[in-house]
Amino acid sequence: MSDLTRLTLRSALDGLANKDFSSVELTEAFISRIDAVNPQLNAYVLTTPERALDDARASDARRAAGTAGPLDGAPIGVKDLFCTDGVRTTAGSKILGTFVPPYESTVTSHLWRDGAVMLGKLNMDEFAMGSSNETSAFGPVVSPWRARGSNRNLTPGGSSGGSASAVSADLCLAATASDTGGSIRQPASFTGTVGIKPTYGLCSRFGMVAFASSLDQAGPITRTVADAALMLTSMAGHDPKDSTSLALPVPDFSQFIGKSVKGLRIGVPEEYRIDGMPEEIARLWDDGVEWLRAAGCEIKSVRLPHTRYALPAYYIIAPAEASSNLARYDGMRFGYRGEGTALTDVYETTRAEGFGPEVKRRILIGTYVLSAGYYDAYYLKALKVRARIAEDFSKAFEEVDAILTPTTPSAAFPLGEKQDDPVAMYLNDVFTVTTNLAGLPGLSIPAGLDSQGLPLGLQLIGRALDEGSLFSLAAAMEQAAGFTARPEPWA
Amino acid sequence: MAIDVATVRKVAKLARIAEPEDRLAPLAQELNGIMSWIEQLAEVDTDGVEPMTSAVAQTLPMRDDVVTDGGNAARVLRNAPRADQGFFVVPKVVE
Repeated sequence: MSDLTRLTLRSALDGLANKDFSSVELTEAFISRIDAVNPQLNAYVLTTPERALDDARASDARRAAGTAGPLDGAPIGVKDLFCTDGVRTTAGSKILGTFVPPYESTVTSHLWRDGAVMLGKLNMDEFAMGSSNETSAFGPVVSPWRARGSNRNLTPGGSSGGSASAVSADLCLAATASDTGGSIRQPASFTGTVGIKPTYGLCSRFGMVAFASSLDQAGPITRTVADAALMLTSMAGHDPKDSTSLALPVPDFSQFIGKSVKGLRIGVPEEYRIDGMPEEIARLWDDGVEWLRAAGCEIKSVRLPHTRYALPAYYIIAPAEASSNLARYDGMRFGYRGEGTALTDVYETTRAEGFGPEVKRRILIGTYVLSAGYYDAYYLKALKVRARIAEDFSKAFEEVDAILTPTTPSAAFPLGEKQDDPVAMYLNDVFTVTTNLAGLPGLSIPAGLDSQGLPLGLQLIGRALDEGSLFSLAAAMEQAAGFTARPEPWA
Repeated sequence: MAIDVATVRKVAKLARIAEPEDRLAPLAQELNGIMSWIEQLAEVDTDGVEPMTSAVAQTLPMRDDVVTDGGNAARVLRNAPRADQGFFVVPKVVE
């Protein structure tokens, strides 16, 4: 029954419902695959096999009693950014190295409410700051994909690299992830998986380790569009414990899969055709346009003139918010504590030893742009540019119903290749960061392979709270793309 | 508006991160690399634009001012680097 790990979430749930296999059997299959493959990929930073089997047994009992929930018995992985009650949560940082939360994040509590089984906690860039998973205190995650004829280890992307690698390598049926500038969609694109960052406020941020609070959103990484709809339906929902959580009912997103997209107007923004974009990505983008045209969509050119300013604005806003959010890590109440004689010494050594270089860099930038004399020139200016970017989208959405772009400007790159050039690393998020600034939903689907055999994704951007159209469009594209490529087996 | 060593020292102090003297110059160079790329924002015409302070325009909800949680001192202290008799133990604050 080793191929149980290759099922989609939807087909696994069908198999459980049909009693083709039990949740214990399914969970055992994942545990043994994780044992064999995780030492090579480093996707999980903590595995919880005993908890998983307890969850699975309880699920089988619920199913026998006829009280199974929508995700009952499905083994999933949890990005180590989500606090899990009684299970170590580190956000990929040494400073939280031994933290065991006494509470559960709202997003994960929704998944457990619906019957999901927890396999463990997934690796990530430290505090979600990174695009290659190399800033993790636990070391980088390896992508299960390799370029044709090469044995070099590639990045799965970041910051949700553990989530993307695990879903792609059959180490879980689906995973939670989070996205502040592209951290769900870029890794999904690099690993041939589906990822959606929903509208800001759709998923509660309670119990998610904060990076940049006005940009952070939870979402799933999955194998198919239908699986993403299942996961998001469970993860979303109003939560009084997050003041920015939207007090709106969550639709069953699965109802949008397979719905006709005829007559929907799709915008193609010329500003995303950037200098140096590989020809293969431009061609794949054209393919995506043709798939949607064939499905009955109307294709229109749209203008998003401030696109090129999104990333620099982000690199003021996100570090500014991070410098404030990460002030809590002072070594007094939880986490790592450094040595020192007086209080300030202890703060300073705790933070110097507990944070990695990229996190420190961003805290310093954030502190700088918020400091006296620079606040107006940098921080306020960036917030005004953010308003311009949101305005671009509002205007575009007067003419179109969704926007189609590439997800990333390149395919996955070898580990170590961009580590020494922060700005080159930041450019990974050039196509994804705009939706975080504007608070809009963005979904990445695998659309094809490049000439080296590596996955490339296309991104759909929707109006606020119009995840439904994104799911319908993505499902139509998924069918047209027929993406069936698989990574290396690893076991 | 280049960042010099003195600025890095000051910002690191504000951020409560101990940076050794020999790291200040390389850090200044790294931060300048990033900030000079960010300078392009000056090109954007933002006259009369209101700063966007939240992703979704909505009024923050109010709730009743009542106790909703508490009485979990032992659980809260479980993660403390040092605790004693129901308190966090911290280094000496007053000289």
